[in-house]
Amino acid sequence: MKKKNENGATLLRVVVLLKRYMGLLLLSLLFAVITVITTLYAPVLTGRAIDNVIGTGKVDFTAMKPILIRFLVVVGIMAASNWVMNLLNNRIAYHVVCDLRTKVYAHVQQLPLSYLDSHPNGDTLSRIVTDIDQLADGLLMGFSQLFTGVVTILATLGFMLSIHVKIALLVVILTPVSLFVAAFIAKRTYSMFRAQSQVRAEMTSLVEELVGNQKVVTAFGYEATAKERFYDVNHRLKDVGIRAVFFSSLTNPCTRFVNGLVYTGVGVFGGFVALIGGPAVLSIGQLSCFLSYANQYTKPFNEISSVITELQNALASAKRVFDLLDEEVQTPDKENALVLKDAKGTVSLQHVAFSYVPEVPLLKDVTLLVKPGQRVAIVGPTGCGKTTLINLLMRFYDVNRGAITVDGTDIRDITRASLRENYGMVLQETWLKSGTIAENIAYGRPEATMEEIIEAAKASYAHNFIRRMSDGYETVIAEDGGNLSQGQKQLLCIARVMLCLPPMLILDEATSSIDTRMEVRIQRAFHKMMQGRTSFIVAHRLSTIREADVILVMKDGDIIEQGTHEELLAKGGFYHDLYYSGQSKQEDCE
Amino acid sequence: MFRLARYLKNYKKESIIGPLFKMLEAFFELLVPLVVADMIDNGIGKGDRTYIYKAALILILLGVVGLVCSLIAQFFAAKASAGFGTELRDDLFAHMNRLSYAELDKAGTSTLVTRITSDMNQVQAGVNMILRLFLRSPFIVIGALIAAFLVNAKVAVIFLIAAPILAFIIYGIMIVTIPMYAGAQKALDRISLATREGLNGARVIRAFGRQQDETAEFCEDCGLLLKLQKRVGKVSAAMNPLTYVVVNLAIAAIILQGGREVDAGVLTQGEVIALVNYMTQILNALVALQVLIVSFTKAVASAKRINEVLALQPTVLDKEETVPAGEGRSERAAGKTVGEGKQAATGETVPAVCFLEVSFTYPGAKEEALTNLSFSVIKGQTVGIIGGTGSGKSTLVNLLPRFYDVTKGAVLLNGVDVRDYPQKELRSKIGIVPQKAVLFSGTIRDNMRWGKADATDEEIEEALSIAQAKEFVDTKEGRLDYKLTQGGRNLSGGQRQRLTIARALVRRPEILILDDSASALDFATDAALRRAISERTKGMTVFMVSQRTATIRNADVIIVLEDGEIAGMGTHCELYETCEVYREICQSQASAKEVQE
Repeated sequence: MKKKNENGATLLRVVVLLKRYMGLLLLSLLFAVITVITTLYAPVLTGRAIDNVIGTGKVDFTAMKPILIRFLVVVGIMAASNWVMNLLNNRIAYHVVCDLRTKVYAHVQQLPLSYLDSHPNGDTLSRIVTDIDQLADGLLMGFSQLFTGVVTILATLGFMLSIHVKIALLVVILTPVSLFVAAFIAKRTYSMFRAQSQVRAEMTSLVEELVGNQKVVTAFGYEATAKERFYDVNHRLKDVGIRAVFFSSLTNPCTRFVNGLVYTGVGVFGGFVALIGGPAVLSIGQLSCFLSYANQYTKPFNEISSVITELQNALASAKRVFDLLDEEVQTPDKENALVLKDAKGTVSLQHVAFSYVPEVPLLKDVTLLVKPGQRVAIVGPTGCGKTTLINLLMRFYDVNRGAITVDGTDIRDITRASLRENYGMVLQETWLKSGTIAENIAYGRPEATMEEIIEAAKASYAHNFIRRMSDGYETVIAEDGGNLSQGQKQLLCIARVMLCLPPMLILDEATSSIDTRMEVRIQRAFHKMMQGRTSFIVAHRLSTIREADVILVMKDGDIIEQGTHEELLAKGGFYHDLYYSGQSKQEDCE
Repeated sequence: MFRLARYLKNYKKESIIGPLFKMLEAFFELLVPLVVADMIDNGIGKGDRTYIYKAALILILLGVVGLVCSLIAQFFAAKASAGFGTELRDDLFAHMNRLSYAELDKAGTSTLVTRITSDMNQVQAGVNMILRLFLRSPFIVIGALIAAFLVNAKVAVIFLIAAPILAFIIYGIMIVTIPMYAGAQKALDRISLATREGLNGARVIRAFGRQQDETAEFCEDCGLLLKLQKRVGKVSAAMNPLTYVVVNLAIAAIILQGGREVDAGVLTQGEVIALVNYMTQILNALVALQVLIVSFTKAVASAKRINEVLALQPTVLDKEETVPAGEGRSERAAGKTVGEGKQAATGETVPAVCFLEVSFTYPGAKEEALTNLSFSVIKGQTVGIIGGTGSGKSTLVNLLPRFYDVTKGAVLLNGVDVRDYPQKELRSKIGIVPQKAVLFSGTIRDNMRWGKADATDEEIEEALSIAQAKEFVDTKEGRLDYKLTQGGRNLSGGQRQRLTIARALVRRPEILILDDSASALDFATDAALRRAISERTKGMTVFMVSQRTATIRNADVIIVLEDGEIAGMGTHCELYETCEVYREICQSQASAKEVQE
């Protein structure tokens, strides 16, 4: 029951989406009615025309001609209105979908990062792409078939009743039989289909495991066993597959058979009526008209049942889309929020506490003062919380307690856009957009001139490799920088920041995944950028750490020590131990 | 598609009976209008009641016979297509099993998975459809034409004009719209791409404050899709109205022309009705054929993709396989070399592993991945291999079990070229722990037995204990009977990695290859593991690939790779003195990276 209500609510929201197109929708409905009525009227006219063809020498051409002309006009109207109706339906469905997709995408851009971090991207992606597509299909089918189907059924009934009540009733009573037959078979085949999809799922996961890891299979010489296991599933699939396919394919012939019986019934019964009552009660033409109605009466029923399944799918999809739309967006900037311009670069954290989930406290009480131009090195193992710190500085997340200030202003009183504009961020997970290299470098300043772009690339030591690429700065980067090496991607990300050169920097030093020469270049580029700027560096290199003004030693999500290299060494704490354990390892050969 | 037809050869009977009975059904269906016409003319027209009963009986009989024929056809079609699918799938799977790493790289394993699942389903459904329906529609069109001619040739001429026009409209629209649909699909793919990028790049987009631009761009993409969809909608929406107009024009013509014939006494009223009925049957058949063609083209596309996989030839073959059949001489020769090698292996001087001027280029790559490597390793030694990403570390160890064949030079195992061993024998000597810790659904014991099918619990326990996995296995319910989910996702990364190490150890291989396989282990476990391996696997030659100097510093020999060449070889202390690349790596890691542990 609850589910029904939910479906109803979803349906209502779909209707709201349609509101903008109400005019078109009404027009479409009007043309649907015209289409149906003309479609059904045509057999009446052919029937009448045929009634003028009685026998040798008894064909009334003068009476027939106006009927045929009218018939052709009706056919013309039907064709035209059908086409217009289809066009309107397409227009409505595709526009609604386009609106919805844009709306959802804009919404996602406004969602807090905590949502994106905690939901798999694939899921959100499938909502925006697949689910909305499913909704489009559902809407289209709904308009074009559900409505015309209902109208067709009603109008056919009306036409038949107007010709002959008893035969009409016969058709009404008999036709649903084929629906029952179809439903009966569907019920029986359901279990077989389930069995088939179970075995299929089993096969898919087996294949994913074995073929997906074919290299391991080869390495361990597991081929024969793998083949045996596949063979087993495959042959079970064959058995259930034959049954499922065969029984499900019974539906068509069986309903066709039942329809044949109805057709015969109408023919015989109508035949008697015509025979006894003569042309005044039921003419031959009217009988042939009946026969054609009997033929098409079940069609809308079958269509409606398939439309309803499609609509249910569409509603389920719509619900997933609406759920995404219902996710709360990030708290908007305060109304009188400050627009931060050319920050001096004083950053201070005052008793900051933060956790992603209340049960797992991360930062407990962090206080830190960074003066303009200072370098802060963050040291710690992966997963120690350096991303958390970046998240808070950039205000991707808000602190739970305490405050972060830039130039003395709480960052919650600054517009997000202007705060972030004052930071330059180079992360290890390099994200590039599919597009040209020039576009990517100018990502932060789309209006930059080509000279400026090249200047930035030169400053970040990326110019050389860019120049050597097939189309230089116009080389198109594949999705996620597929055609670039990791080091090249990182240089581009640096160039991207270099072009804006904001007063504060957040840098993520490379671990050992890049070849030595590239690393030297990146290192140099980093150094150049950091001149005179407040910088936070997630550091891996001894030299960077030693040169830093403040070293933050992070462990398990908290800052356990902070100070300069000398201070920390003198302190004789965690940093001291780490530093010397690293040193001694090298020195034992020397 | 037709190349795959040979998989039907065990189902010849079924694949003939199926379509045959389908045609029979169509034949009976074509008789119906004639019977109805007869009933109208002779029964109603002449007031003969028994005639009507008789006609009704015939109609029911036709229905029953049609139903039976149809059921027979469906059954055999289902049987043939399922049999076809099963055999093809078996073959495809066996084929995939034979592929070497080079082909797997080329095709991509995820692609192979789709080929054998969804593409296979598509093809199987296509075959079923063809067997059931492909002959039916043309048969009905032609049958209706013939029947019309039998009734009255003069009127039937209308059919000859209308049918081709209908076919032209239906297929013309199809041909026009298929590329348009493909274009719309591309626009949709573009939207997927934009969405994926918007999600993956959320941080960067926000950092640069580009949300609105991204949304505007996305809006543009949606607009493009909308435009294409509307355009194709315009064309395809014309299909129904156009065919409807043509059919009804034909019907009007039939009535007019039929009327003349009836007037002349050549034709009866009932026959005119029958002709009208045939016209509708033709339309229905053509529409059905259109649906069929769409799914047929899909099946053909899938079949093409499957054929692509079948066309991949494994490049790493056992020696006998490489020479044409019948050349028993070289087969014997191959056997002899292996024998000799084994004898030689007993001599102490033969190194366990020897690389002789080995170069290797990945298929399709321009540059060599390994260049002119030469070194040898004595049985029982531990070899550390270190170097940056892309320096060729993994490639080097992949040559040993012949996952790839060298481009130049030779790799010798116990003095025998690895290409002279049968692959099975070669690989049984080697235990590999791949970079990615892959486990399979099933119990821990099942997974351990990948290394050795008949391993006893004692052997498994021993391997687990060396791999430092015993401790956590003890905490799992059922221990060795603990069930892993697909990919071993119910274990942590470090636990998975230890199990893969144990799996390789179970077979007590002559050579153990650890391909950067301790990366998810913490420092202490890594150290304990190394100690256990060196103490408890006496006589085992160990290759240890790593990015961490700490992991390999105690190795007997360390090979430093840079850009596919050996930059240095020796012990830690020797290299630290003499090899600049090595020193650089050490220094860069002795910083925070080391400090972290």
